[in-house]
Amino acid sequence: MSAPKSNDFTVKFANVNGTGSSSANGMFMKSLFRMGIPVVGKNYFPSNIQGLPTWYEVRANENGYLAPSGSVDIMVAMNAQTYDEDLSAVEPGGYLIYDSSWPRDTLMTRDDITVLGVPLAKMCNEAFDTARARTLMKNTTYVGVLAALLEMDMGVIEQLLLDTFGSKTHLIEANKQALEMGHDYAKENFECPLKFKALATNKTKDHFIIDGNATSALGCLYAGATVGSWYPITPSTSLMDAFSRYCAAFRVDKKTKKNNYSVIQAEDELAAIGMALGAGWNGARSFTPTSGPGISLMNEFIGFGYYAEIPTVIFDVQRTGPSTGMPTRTQQCDILSCAYASHGDTKHVCIYPANPEEAFYLSVNAFDIAEQLQTPVFVLSDLDIGMNDWMIKDLEWDDKYVPNRGKVLDQDDLEKIEQFHRYLDSDGDGIPYRTIPGTHPKGAYFTRGSGHNKFGGYTEDADEYQDVVDRLLIKWETAKSLVPSPIKDFKKKNKMAILSIGSCDDAIREARDLMSKDGHDFNYLRVRAFPFSDEVEKFIDAHERVFVIEQNRDGQLKKLLQTETSCDSSKLKSIRLYNGIPIFSKDVIERIMKEVSTGKAA
Amino acid sequence: MSYIKKPNIALSNAPKNELGMTYTDYEGAMSTLCAGCGHDSITGAIIQTVFDLNILPHRMIKMSGIGCSSKTPAYFANQSHGFNSVHGRMPSVATGANAANKELFCIGVSGDGDTLSIGMGQFSHAIRRNVNMLYIIENNGVYGLTKGQFSASADVGSTAKKGEANKQVPIDPCQVAIALGATFVARSFSGDKDQLVPLLKAGLMHKGFAMVDVISPCVTFNDHEGSTKSYMSTRESKREAVYTDYIAPFNEIEVNYEKGSSIEVDLHDGGRVILRKTDESYSPQSRGDSVKNIRAASEEGELLTGLLYIDESQQDFTDTENMIDEPLNSIDHKTLCPGKKALKNLLDSYR
Repeated sequence: MSAPKSNDFTVKFANVNGTGSSSANGMFMKSLFRMGIPVVGKNYFPSNIQGLPTWYEVRANENGYLAPSGSVDIMVAMNAQTYDEDLSAVEPGGYLIYDSSWPRDTLMTRDDITVLGVPLAKMCNEAFDTARARTLMKNTTYVGVLAALLEMDMGVIEQLLLDTFGSKTHLIEANKQALEMGHDYAKENFECPLKFKALATNKTKDHFIIDGNATSALGCLYAGATVGSWYPITPSTSLMDAFSRYCAAFRVDKKTKKNNYSVIQAEDELAAIGMALGAGWNGARSFTPTSGPGISLMNEFIGFGYYAEIPTVIFDVQRTGPSTGMPTRTQQCDILSCAYASHGDTKHVCIYPANPEEAFYLSVNAFDIAEQLQTPVFVLSDLDIGMNDWMIKDLEWDDKYVPNRGKVLDQDDLEKIEQFHRYLDSDGDGIPYRTIPGTHPKGAYFTRGSGHNKFGGYTEDADEYQDVVDRLLIKWETAKSLVPSPIKDFKKKNKMAILSIGSCDDAIREARDLMSKDGHDFNYLRVRAFPFSDEVEKFIDAHERVFVIEQNRDGQLKKLLQTETSCDSSKLKSIRLYNGIPIFSKDVIERIMKEVSTGKAA
Repeated sequence: MSYIKKPNIALSNAPKNELGMTYTDYEGAMSTLCAGCGHDSITGAIIQTVFDLNILPHRMIKMSGIGCSSKTPAYFANQSHGFNSVHGRMPSVATGANAANKELFCIGVSGDGDTLSIGMGQFSHAIRRNVNMLYIIENNGVYGLTKGQFSASADVGSTAKKGEANKQVPIDPCQVAIALGATFVARSFSGDKDQLVPLLKAGLMHKGFAMVDVISPCVTFNDHEGSTKSYMSTRESKREAVYTDYIAPFNEIEVNYEKGSSIEVDLHDGGRVILRKTDESYSPQSRGDSVKNIRAASEEGELLTGLLYIDESQQDFTDTENMIDEPLNSIDHKTLCPGKKALKNLLDSYR
């Protein structure tokens, strides 16, 4: 047998939801991380509380690719209900671990993989007293089995147990027992290590593991947001949960024990956006997290915010549509509905982070941009970014950061001026000055979604109306210089390029590396904001073919590029991967190479 | 008269309030509502209210939704910020504004269409949160701007201008509000400023959600014979259940009330509400009683008015949220941002 391959494998856990498997699976991943091995965890879970199948996939990868590999080397098949499906998902040459306490009919239908039976239930029933402990400890036991099979560092796992459970010694003891039980069983019954093993290295220094909803929430916290309103909706809920948690830790006044923030659980998304706008209008940094269905509901108010020019930040953690769709699956399907949300002529600033690291920095940006431009700003992440466990670089913070509140007249400013007019473009950048209620009697103005003139007065006059909506276009031009610029990798010799958005990034990074090894080099641009800067158009112009990769059925990014740039759209080749699962590099490669070969034939 | 720009007439002998401001200082733009509209009388009562209460106009915000009623905030206090939001959703905007700066006085003006149909959800939840605001419903039983459709407050049998009778059961905002847990519920009539002004004062000074349902006849679409919300019909059916006086903290009580016949309620600002019952069995401090009496009167064809229910003991929205005393919109960023070092420590917990 050849030497085991280290630090390049995918383990998939097939569980039943509600059985406490997620903490054991997380423990497995984090242990690899602590051994210095880059990891990523993807959760494929049902929209359900208890009893349905759920999968967790851990990819260990020395190169630090964070997209799922698309193949399974070791399947931990804990769910009898999905056993056949899980069995067939294993790569040839791979392994399947199952609970051999009870025989299974279709056990050995594959001879190209190795099936390893471990009597998990039997061992746990003997070792533990309560029904709950017997269920839970099966999970820890299979982590022990994996630890032996992959030659993981048991000391690292035990330390993690101590760090996780702290003073709860009974939990530490039980988990330790289960862990060792699994480890010992594997050592005695199987040849360890397998063809794959975990080898301690140093690739995770200055990195940590977190999901993008948490980093978005951190962005809100650090940007100084004080009012968050929301209506619970998967997959955005954990963003507000995280914000509340961080606020409880960092935003409670030490002396008075009172809150320097307000988290309002609204009655619906219509109210959530109304509250965010009310708070933004009244001078607080405000935000509302939601997902596609919430955006649909918020549309009327979003148009109001655009026309009345009120800053707020809307997080759209995208999930599959249309309609209710698949709430626990990922997609980039709200690109168009956010860009042009609401009736009438509207377009909105949208920001597209690619991973939890960017979600932090770009969330902070979003608050500055919203106030600079006095308009609602969207941050479009997705379920993959928002809810999966990513290994990212340590976040940096500059204590010199000062929020950019934009053009706000304070008491002194108002004292000095003769008269204030809300919607005058005195600087030629399309951005008027605003005032915060309560500041000064001279600052008063009337905020309305009905026709208004540049002075802020109600109007039904044709010219006065048009004057204001045309000025909003000047503001739109200004927005191009304020939004985050695209990320680019450009070499003049390459005639073909990939253009993409958001969470497609990691699969594309891996795909480009692999294709490059085969002699196919592609330049790359990832848009990070709408409106597109001029760079995007120049990039398209500089290539013969540009593959636009995105996660929706209708090629929404491509449509937006066609509509909003004057590029030659015949150069754009759409590649759409939209089944709800985060995209794999191998799918990207397959689709691009197919296009490239067809292109050649033609 | 709406095409005339409102003249700014300064009278040297105009009475001034304690801030040295005249009644005119609290006025707004010229009303564009129909001549004789009940809403304009309410506007007058609001101006009187804030003038008498010595409220700094710029420390007050005026919120509304969509409809004839929702135009009202433009017609008073032009030194206050106004917010004419989307249909039925003023309560959420007011809630957010209140969260951002709880020090500002908040007056919301809505209508029966804006509140009882599209806005029913947000209205209910503003009550549930006990958002600190005066919420006025200018209730005329009809959609004016879209020319005369029945609203959800139209009584069964009340006829439209073209003659057809309403068949659907009306929603009474007072009964609904009391049942939902509102802490201040009053009803009045636009044609009775003497009754309305003290109610608005008490409502504005009440800490929490104060709803005042004001029957405000629509002269164009709902002031004919057969309508139960015409001027004539309202005058006939209206019966004051509880006389209400608001005594500001800076005023002495000038009248001696007969012991036992009146109830005194202390408000958070130091002011007091004096309630004099016209009916011994009525208690404006019992939810059950209030609803029972309103219903009984309604069955007799009577419209019960006055301060129908008050509970000053409940926490308002910002208190239940345990919000800091300082307005959230004025806390400096250094206080809000945990900083570099805290971030570093936090990341360690994710390794």
